Formats: sequence, structure tokens, C-alpha cells
Amino acid sequence: MDAKIRLDHLSFFYGDHQVLEEVSFEVRANEIFGLMGPAQSGKSTLLKVLNRLSDLIPNARVTGSVTLDGEDILAPDYDLVGLRRRVGLVLSKPVPLPRSIFENLVLAPRLSGKGNRAFLEELAETSLKAARLWDEVKDRLHASALNLSGGQQQRLCLARTLAMQPEVILLDEPTSGLDPISTAKIEETLFQLKSNYTIILVSNNTKQIARATDRVAFLLMSKLIEVGETPKVFTEPKDQRTDDYITGRFG
Amino acid sequence: MRLDPRLSQVFMKILLWTFTGFTLFILIFIIVNISIKGLPQVTPTFLLQDPLDMGRHGGIFSTIVATVYVTVLAILLASPLGVGSAIYLTEYTREGWVTRLIRFGAECLAGVPSIILGLFGFVLFVMKLGFGWSILSGGLTLAIMVLPIIIRTSEEAIKAVPQEYRQVCYSLGLSKWQTITRIVLPSALPGISTGIMLSVGRSLGETAVLLFTAGAALRTPTSLFDSGRTMAVHFYILAREGISMPNAYGTAAILMISILLINIVAYSLMQHLMKRYS
Repeated sequence: MDAKIRLDHLSFFYGDHQVLEEVSFEVRANEIFGLMGPAQSGKSTLLKVLNRLSDLIPNARVTGSVTLDGEDILAPDYDLVGLRRRVGLVLSKPVPLPRSIFENLVLAPRLSGKGNRAFLEELAETSLKAARLWDEVKDRLHASALNLSGGQQQRLCLARTLAMQPEVILLDEPTSGLDPISTAKIEETLFQLKSNYTIILVSNNTKQIARATDRVAFLLMSKLIEVGETPKVFTEPKDQRTDDYITGRFG
Repeated sequence: MRLDPRLSQVFMKILLWTFTGFTLFILIFIIVNISIKGLPQVTPTFLLQDPLDMGRHGGIFSTIVATVYVTVLAILLASPLGVGSAIYLTEYTREGWVTRLIRFGAECLAGVPSIILGLFGFVLFVMKLGFGWSILSGGLTLAIMVLPIIIRTSEEAIKAVPQEYRQVCYSLGLSKWQTITRIVLPSALPGISTGIMLSVGRSLGETAVLLFTAGAALRTPTSLFDSGRTMAVHFYILAREGISMPNAYGTAAILMISILLINIVAYSLMQHLMKRYS
């Protein structure tokens, strides 16, 4: 299968502090790729590098290469607006913009020149349905998004990224604030989205990684320990540390 | 010996209450005093007639017109400059010695006594550039006076917009300028407007700057190059030269009421806007 994203000896520094060390792996098109590891292992930073949101971090430095469909996205003159439209990121902390639910969803598509009001309304509906939020908010689309509960905000942020219709979706702990039923529904959504999107899922929840992902990478203290087919990594890990992590002996 | 904490608690509460009450008392005293002495002069004729006999008789119409012209001109000039500078300082520069220098410069400008600013306006606009005593010279100098206020308040307002909003906008593929115009500025608008309203108040009440730059002609100004006497200057001259204390108080009352009204209108507009953007 083709590599959608390829990381090659990627290192990342906050000032002198190194948070990613020589990380190399591939993410294939139309798979759900899991990233697991304890806190501070560099998972969130890695996601931010993939859509260059890491550029906002002062004193950050990145070495190595990351390619998306063969294009070097770390090139200094790479079109960031275009990149971020192709690679959507859902941050771990849900941040709705201080607008209505509807405006949150259609802001980006409208500014990228996608279609008319009717199209945007349909887009909002399909994205909300995919994020399992539609039934709860369909009667108050024009109410402020700030009044939603934490779990609803999390699903709104997922819907907002889906509404951009990106090629790659980066999810940082998308179900951390959700109950098991909503979590199951979101995971079901991810399976459906797989045919059209490439998904990278960061989670602290090893059970979720085992359930939802096709392949997985295990990061520990800034280093990539192991990468492979999820069932294989979970049943016969090559590295003792991976075994310890998934069986809950540490982390 | 230490004071009983319950006692010191009560004592401090009374003391702080007294301080607050005293401040409030001064404010109310000024408003009541000026209203009692000024409001009896205020009639439709007082508002709509030009001053006669140096202001001994007649109304204050021409001074109202001059005040509006000078203030509007100053705000129209200073707002885009000030808000623009604030956007540049917060969104387009990294914190460093250059931004610190610019900010220090703005602080210094804010600290310049208005009479000295007036002298500067006189030398530059009235004499050097040949605008004469005019609405234009007055407006330009007032704009320089309020610029630091607008820069400072706008900067604080823009900085107070959560960094996360910018992260979200960028990750949604908005450009920097789209992020600023669509999300950052609307969120900062209440703070920015507060700074602008503060500047309107300062401009309405300013005398020293305008004595030097806009002059004191009692005719109604009809062009940017006409001299004009603002309400505050009119009040100053009436009172200082003992021309007519009742009319001075009448002018003061109108000035006070208009500042109050502007603040109320601005406040309610802001409430309306904030509802729209949240």
C-alpha cells in the first residue's frame, strides 16, 4: 500500500528540550493509525508537526523530514493554509470558537470558497451526524457553541474538522471526555470515515487503540519503540517495553 | 500585642467602605454641583443659538459644532492608526527589544502633558505646515494625544483573546489575516471600543491642546481650515475671563451630559455586539 504520510528521522525540540527523537514511520492511505504512549512521550507534538501547527510554538526546532503524498511539508515555503485544509487536527482540549454551532462548522469551508448556503447547511448536517451530535443540537444550530457541555464541544470540534473535508484527520484524544456509549459511536464513525480519509488517532486508552486502529506506533520518552499491525503489536509485541505498557505494568 | 482578627476585619471593612464612599461622594458632588448651576441655563435656544457678545448672551451652538468636528476628526485619524499598531505589535512581531521600544515610546507619549503636546501641535501643524488655528490642526494634535490610549487598550484586548482560538483557526486552514479579522478582532472588539470611548471622552474635555491648535473663534466652522472654539475651551474662556459664570456652567453641564450619553450608548451597543459574538 502507498504511504500517505512518511516520517523520516523526525526530531523536535522546544528550545534545548528534545521531545521527539529520530522518529520514522509510515501512515498508509485509508487506514486508522494509532499513536499510543504515556504522557509526555511526544504524541501531541507529533500531531502538531503533521499540520505545522508546531510553527506557532516559540523557540521550536524540527529536523528530519515529513512527506505528504511525497511532498516535503516541512519545506519553509510550503503552503500552510493548503496543508491545513488537507490535514485537519482535532486538539485534545475542545475549543469552540465564540460563535454559533453552525458558524463554527461552516467558517472554514465558507472561507475556502466552498459553495453556497444550501451546500453549507447540508455540510453542517452531515458533519454533525458523523460526529454523533446532530440529534442533540439540530434545534439550536444558531445558538452559541460555548454553551455546549464538554462532551458536546468535543464532538463539535470533531464535526468542525470533518466539515473541512480534509484528506487526513489527526485526532488527539477525541473521546477523553465522553461516556462509553458516545465513545463507541465515535469509533463506529471512524470506521465509516476510513474509506475516504486517513486517520491518525492519539489515545491514552490502550483498549481504544486495540479496538479502533489498523496499525499502531508506540512512543516512549520521545522515542519510537515499535510500530506494526495493531493485532500483532498487541498479541506478540517485539519490545519488552511495549508489552509492559499494553499490559498496564507502567504508564 | 496583636489585634483580634475579628476586630481588624471589621475595622478594615469600615475603612475601605469609607474610601469607596468618599470617591463616590466627590463624583456625585461634582455632577450635582454642575447640574444645579448649569441646567437652568440649558434651553433649546441655548443649544441652537450661536454665542453673542463673547458668550455673555446667546447659546453655544458653534462650540458644539466645533467640538463634534474636532473630536470626530481625532478619532477617525487615531482609531485606525492605533488599532493597526496594536495588531502589528501583538500578531506580527515576536516580543523583543523592538516591540519593547515601541511600547516604551507609546507610554512616553501618553505621559506628555497636554499643554506641551499643544505647543508641539502649534509649532508643527499651525506654523510649520501652515494649517493655522484650525479644526485640522486641533484634530491632528488630539489624535496624537489619544493614540497611546487606543494602542494600549487595543493591545491588551487583542492579547486577552485566547491563544487557542488562533490555534483552532490555523488548524482549520484560515490564513493569518482571516484569523485576525474573523475571530481575533471581533473577540477583542469590546476592549478596543472601550479604549476608543475613553479617547472620545478625553478629546471632548481637552482644552490645553485646542487653545494652541484650534484657536477660539466663535464662528461656526465650515471647513477643516476654519478655527473653532470647542465647548471645553469656551467654558475655560468664559470662566477664566469672568465673562459669564452661568453660561460657563451651562456649557459644562452640556459637556458632562454628552459624555455620559456617549458612554451609555456605547455600552449598550457593546452589549449588543457581545451577544452577537458569543
